[in-house]
Amino acid sequence: MAGRRAISALWDLLLQVGFFAAVLRVATPLLLATLGELLCERAGVLNLGIEGIMLLGAMTGFSVAYFTGELWLGILAALLVGALFGLLLGLLTVSLGLSQHVAGLGITMLCTGLSFYAYRLIFGQPGQPPHIEPFQTLPVPGLAELPWLGPVLFDQVPLVYLALLLVPLLAFLLYRTPWGLNLRAVGENPQAAASAGVAVFAMRYQALALGGALMGLAGAYLSLAQFNAFTFGVISGRGWVCIALVVLARWDPWRAAGAALLFGALDALQLRLQSSGAFGLPYPLFLMLPFLATILAMALLARSARAPAALLAPFRREER
Amino acid sequence: MAAPLLELSGIDKRFGAAHANRAVDLRLDHGEILGLLGENGAGKTTLMNILFGLYAADAGTIRIAGQPVRIRHPADSLAHGIGMVHQHFHLVDRMTVLENLLIGQPGRRGRLDRAGALAKLASLGERYGLRLAPERLVETLTVGEQQRLEIMKALYRGARILILDEPTSVLTPSEADGLFRALRAMAAEGVGVIYISHKLAELRALVSRVVVLRQGRVVGDLALTEAVTDQQLARLMCGQDLAAPTRTARAPGPTLLELQGIGAAARGRHGVALDDISFSLAAGEILGIAGVSGNGQRELAQLIAGLVPPRRGRLLVAGQILRRPTPRQLRRLGVAVIPEDRLGEGLIAGAPLAESLALARFHEPPFSRHGVLRLAAMAEFAAAQIAAFDVRSASPGGRTGALSGGNLQKALLARELAFGPRLLIAAQPTRGLDVAAQAFVHSRLLELCRQGGAVLLISEDLDELSALSDRIAVMHGGRIVGILPVAEADRTRLGLMMAGQAAAA
Repeated sequence: MAGRRAISALWDLLLQVGFFAAVLRVATPLLLATLGELLCERAGVLNLGIEGIMLLGAMTGFSVAYFTGELWLGILAALLVGALFGLLLGLLTVSLGLSQHVAGLGITMLCTGLSFYAYRLIFGQPGQPPHIEPFQTLPVPGLAELPWLGPVLFDQVPLVYLALLLVPLLAFLLYRTPWGLNLRAVGENPQAAASAGVAVFAMRYQALALGGALMGLAGAYLSLAQFNAFTFGVISGRGWVCIALVVLARWDPWRAAGAALLFGALDALQLRLQSSGAFGLPYPLFLMLPFLATILAMALLARSARAPAALLAPFRREER
Repeated sequence: MAAPLLELSGIDKRFGAAHANRAVDLRLDHGEILGLLGENGAGKTTLMNILFGLYAADAGTIRIAGQPVRIRHPADSLAHGIGMVHQHFHLVDRMTVLENLLIGQPGRRGRLDRAGALAKLASLGERYGLRLAPERLVETLTVGEQQRLEIMKALYRGARILILDEPTSVLTPSEADGLFRALRAMAAEGVGVIYISHKLAELRALVSRVVVLRQGRVVGDLALTEAVTDQQLARLMCGQDLAAPTRTARAPGPTLLELQGIGAAARGRHGVALDDISFSLAAGEILGIAGVSGNGQRELAQLIAGLVPPRRGRLLVAGQILRRPTPRQLRRLGVAVIPEDRLGEGLIAGAPLAESLALARFHEPPFSRHGVLRLAAMAEFAAAQIAAFDVRSASPGGRTGALSGGNLQKALLARELAFGPRLLIAAQPTRGLDVAAQAFVHSRLLELCRQGGAVLLISEDLDELSALSDRIAVMHGGRIVGILPVAEADRTRLGLMMAGQAAAA
């Protein structure tokens, strides 16, 4: 009856309030970076610099917070450095019209190298990685006392609230404002947007700067709110997962929230399974779970997804 | 006299070595519809793109109502009331009619002004008869409706000057009539229209004055009265006289192509299923296929080219029944194909011209031996075809995609006619070509027939079909509505059949 016991243990786990609170914590950096990637792609630029920009955001945020003692200064620095490298990708792919694949992977390698190098320069090779005092939860007065919902939704660190609020905000910007319509037009048919008087390059740069900032923020969340330290494996593929989540979300902010939460739930689940030693299975099997599920979900749901029509296509004026 | 609505003077533009516009002067009055005439590559589109701010002129000035203006970006020209309907529409397929109108427009208190747009849309419908449902997706609109949306976009932005680049090349006769009505209504309100075309008949119906461009220069600016003959205009455009294609009646030879109740499944998102298609085509004959774009013509051409297998019915080529024909098998039987999408299905844009020209036969002599390509033979063949078909600014090693539309078509025709085909499937062979290039293509098709070949001519240009075909079949919704001898095929009857009315047949 080992199986039945394991399954009932699993049920207990899933019904705990703590589990759902953890899902939100794990999903937050994914959500932030997915929204960032979504913005870039909606404007027609695939940002494969995401993995590197997240890492650099994590390193920069951590270092600034460590030396100033101000977590929010760290966040600000991560936002800025993310926007900066988003703009650099813009220089390569928008102004120069280079391959978005190559330029994006180049940005990731550049950012990865920079992060490791800068970290070594600043901290040397300490036996114990330095820590910071992380973000504390900020219970929302009145709401945090609600049964079940309170601890899950309203007793989180501020960045979780921020990520959740960004979803409706971005949806509003994209679908209800001239700025969002122009951005989407630029990603679908830049020629049409240009002849309607939209500055295509400027829109793409804006999307890349904003998107990059969100990726930097996602990285800083990991080092300042989740792990309280910077390690070289702090991102470990989360950026690449977000590329898949954008497809799964069909380039829509609301669906992006759903996709990030789904992946977050599976990640939180596998963490619990690992630590509970359930089923007597080796832990790398559990580790695979969220990635396997992402592939499965992509295979089932993403077939009908249609990317922005001008994704990957550089726009050149005066082209004959 | 008041200052003209628009005045261009001394406009000059170079693209590298090509001199696209040379000191062009042009004037447009309030409420005037001006024809802009010229061959492909004469610089019409370049000139209009300069006016619209897509290209920057190297020299020259633009005046609007007497005031000199600088136009560096479409936003500038839009601000000066210039709207343009491009040959290739500038619409976002996956957005609605309303959203396309709103792109690049300021919002109301930071939000999209949908209510305001709806009101304006309604007023466009009342004033010019231009109507479209605001929530329809552009990708569900017909080509004619998309063009209407482009015009609405320009008027929505308060255009006082409207430029149309070969607007009727994609329209049915009745859609074209609707367009002309709307343009006249705009002119009556003082809007100036520049109408680019090389169809003389429709210019005569619409405009009172034409400006003719040749090799980037204005070679004529004249009132289009009845005293001006088509010959005169053609001479201005091309610098030479052109003979109209002449078809001579021939006794039909043996049947080369026969379709008996052919059906095929729809493929792709915009595909059309073929249903119960039967006709036959004899040596020495040209069978025209008329129809509005997207009614199965493309699928029919692909089927006879061996790209789409038939589901039902029988396909006979030169008397042989082909169950699952392959392109190679068909080529061996003497079938040549000029596809509608020249660069997509005919030639390879990124490849050297020599490779594009050897494409269908690279696996056999003279282009390869023992499985190894013979590059010298390919280059030699390409050079010979370039010379024989007068493909301009082309070399065997040059990139195929760098050729202009007319030269691409000549190259494609050269390849397909090089090995003595018996049956030629020609899909939209003159679409987008200028008068001289059209005449060249027509003469080659007629010559093939004189030599005992047959041509299946798929075209949306009814004048072309009437001039060349012995019989005209009309397609609608993947079926053949009827087949008429050319003597009985007048425009009204064809127009009704194109709309699907079998009774007209």
